[in-house]
Parts: sequence; C-alpha cells; structure tokens
Amino acid sequence: MDTFLLFISAIFVNNIVLAQYLGNCPYLGCSKEKSVSIGMGAAVIFVTIMATIFTYLIQKHVLIPFHLGYLQTIVFILVIASLVQFVEMFLKKMVPPLYKSLGIFLPLITTNCAVLGVAILVQRKEFDFVTALLYAVAAGAGFMLALVILAAIREQFEVTRIPRAMRGTPIGLVMAGIMSLAFMAFKGMIA
Amino acid sequence: MITTSVLTLFGLGFVAASILAIASKALYVEEDPRVEVVLDALPGANCGGCGFAGCEAYAIAVLNDPDVPPNKCCACSPDAVARVASLTGKAAGDAEPKVAFRRCVKIEGKVARKFEYAGIMSCAAAKMILDGPDACKYSCLGFGDCVRACPFDAMWIEDGLVHIAPAKCTSCGTCVRTCPNSILELIPKRARVMVFCSSQDKGKAVKDVCEAGCISCGACIKKCPAECITMIDERIHIDHKACLAFGPSCQEVCVEKCPRNILRCLSPESSTKESVGYSEVSNETNLNA
Repeated sequence: MDTFLLFISAIFVNNIVLAQYLGNCPYLGCSKEKSVSIGMGAAVIFVTIMATIFTYLIQKHVLIPFHLGYLQTIVFILVIASLVQFVEMFLKKMVPPLYKSLGIFLPLITTNCAVLGVAILVQRKEFDFVTALLYAVAAGAGFMLALVILAAIREQFEVTRIPRAMRGTPIGLVMAGIMSLAFMAFKGMIA
Repeated sequence: MITTSVLTLFGLGFVAASILAIASKALYVEEDPRVEVVLDALPGANCGGCGFAGCEAYAIAVLNDPDVPPNKCCACSPDAVARVASLTGKAAGDAEPKVAFRRCVKIEGKVARKFEYAGIMSCAAAKMILDGPDACKYSCLGFGDCVRACPFDAMWIEDGLVHIAPAKCTSCGTCVRTCPNSILELIPKRARVMVFCSSQDKGKAVKDVCEAGCISCGACIKKCPAECITMIDERIHIDHKACLAFGPSCQEVCVEKCPRNILRCLSPESSTKESVGYSEVSNETNLNA
C-alpha cells in the first residue's frame, strides 16, 4: 500500500514539474511533439534511476562517513554529468537507433534539475535503497506524464486560432500554468 | 576538513574521468570522416535555409540520405556546391539560384497614409494596428523587420522602403518568412519579368490608394504567349520557370501591355526594351551603394 501511495504521490500529487517546478526547461523545450516528449521522458526516467543509484551509494558510503554532507550538490552534479556522458557513449555504441532519436536530448539531461532534484529529495526524505529506486521511477514517470500531456495539447495548437502575440512559447507557458493549477486538485488526496 | 573535501572531490572527479576515458576507448564509434570535410565546404551560417537544424545536420543528411541534394544550401557558392556534390557522389544539379525580391513600389505610388504611426518601430507591431499606417495594406511598412532578420546583411531601408543587395542575398528565405505583409518573394536570379506590386485588392481599391499598384486587369495574362502568368487571389503570379524556358522570343509583350507599368523587365539581357526594374534587382553597384 505504501508503494502504491508513493507512486500516486510522486506522479500526481507532488509531480516533479507541476508541483515542485523542477525541470521546466525540457518541459517547455521538448513538448512540441508527442513522439519527442515520449523519447525525452523515457531518457529522463532512465537517467533518474541511474543517478539515484549512484548518488545514493556515494551519499551513504562516501559523504556521510567522511562528514561531507555539504558537498552533496556539487558531487551529485558531477555524478549526473558523468553518468549522462557515459549513457550517451553507451547508447551511441550499443543502441544507435535510440541514440539517434534521443541524440540532442541526452546532453540536455545533464542540466535537467529534475534529475538532481530527485537525487536530493531521496536523501532528504531518508528513503531506503529500494524505496529510493521506486521514487525515482515514479518521479520520472510523473515528468513524462506532464511532458506528454503538454505535448498533446501543444500539438492541437497547430490547428487552433491563437492570437499572434500568444503563439509559441507564451501559450506554452500559460498552458504549463493551467496544468499546474489542474494538478493542484490532487493536493489533499494523500495526507 | 578542507583537505578531506578537496581530496574527496578530486577522487570522485578522477574516478569519473577515468571511467569516461576508458569508456570512450571501449565504446569508440568510428564516425564518417566525410562529415567533417563536407562541413568544411559548407559556409557554416547555420541559417536553416536548407530545412535542417544546422550545417552539421545537413552534412550528415546529404552524405547518408540519397534524396537530399547537394545544392540545398542556399548560402553555398557554386564552387562549394560542386565540392559537396563531388564529396557525396551526387550530381550537383542545375538548381536555379534565387534572390529575394520586394513586390512594392510605394515611393512611385505615393501610397496615402491612414494615420501617423508612433508605436514600436517594427513592421509586425505596426501591422497589428489597422493593418499598418499605409492606406494600402499590402505595402512595404518600412520598419525593417526583414533587415533585422536577414542573417547575411543583404537588406537595408531607404525612403521607407526595403532594398536588397542581390550579391549578398543567399535566398535563405528568412526575410520572406518575417515580412508581415508578404511582399517579399524568392525569384530566380535570371527571372525576366516581375510584378512590382503584391496587392490583393480589386483594381478600384488599388487605384484609390496607390498611383502605381497593379489593378489586376489581366492584360498581361491574356497576352503572354507562354501562358506563364496567372492570377491567384487578385495577385499576379509569374511562373518563372516557364517564362525562362519560353525565352525572349515573346518580346516581353506582357510588359508592353501593362497599362500601369507595374510589370517590368528585370534583366537587360532578356529584353530589347528599356529595363525599368533593372536597378531594383540586378544593378548591384547601385544597390550596394
């Protein structure tokens, strides 16, 4: 039951983008087409899981024993950046089709604060390793959900009459705000 | 304390760097060395005129996709196109070099003003207020949105009208997309005749606002032996390909028959008559002055 609640909470109630306002750049930048948003969402889920594993191990086995908790942010950024580089190389060699479709988004994940946010939140909430992993999956899925919904809406904009001044990013930002408000309806669902 | 933190950071950085260094060796993927060579041949403007994200994306596409022609880059010189073609093993093709053309002669037409505009100095902003300050809603607004958009510095504003330097124009189409009045058009550099007006109004409405504008009488359409002139939405369109193919044997009868002198010859070689519009497009020394 706790796992189920964790999932519901991370996806709907405390959505990483819509409730915690993390990862807004890729949220707006990669939400113009559904296919791209699905690719980006999948890449973020993968990197979030990997980053959570490594940062969790480093926090528990390096930072805490040496009383270096204050280095958390910089160390996590280092780990995430290296990880993304590694994933990029790995995909380029092993899964070229996936690398091609994600190519331009993979380096973007390095600067995706949603990934860093999840890694830090996991430490703050003092999850155990398995729960941390589940939380990473759920947060990534929440990111993907928000991205795909916004992409689906923005695809409709192509055939909608929108005042010229509002076209493109302005209407995208307004939609992001409205979606955030809509997701606020889930607040209070889980105490 | 400082020593521990520095050492820890250094250690972690070293481990990450080592893993990446090993991985880069183990997971090395040989890339097509031709991409770099093609990229060198391209101008590197990253203007997007070819329809790809940038020069690199086009270089990869032209090497790997048999359907992508080597002459898609509009900023390339003919030599560069030939080099790309030889590198990719594709035929250079005979793509007609194009140039941007302004379909408005506001100064000659003395277009009446509806009101004095004192807002943001941008065509797009002026267009939002009653279709701009000019009585003709298809005239050049002259605030230079296209000039600012042009990545090749090939345009400038003079007397409230945009001018184009054909030598610098690469036909990337950025200005055409920017102009809110759609008065800019890409035409072949060799184009023989062109209509110097883009109005879509009926004849009477044009006469009311401009002394020079096209009144869509259709005289040119009837007279053209090559049948390459058509009227779409009260705006004259010339099929330059057909016009060039027909050649000068028509004696530019369309130009002669135009009662408003708004259909003009562009190139002196193509005409035995006086080339009224020549200085507009082909006289580069004039335009660059």
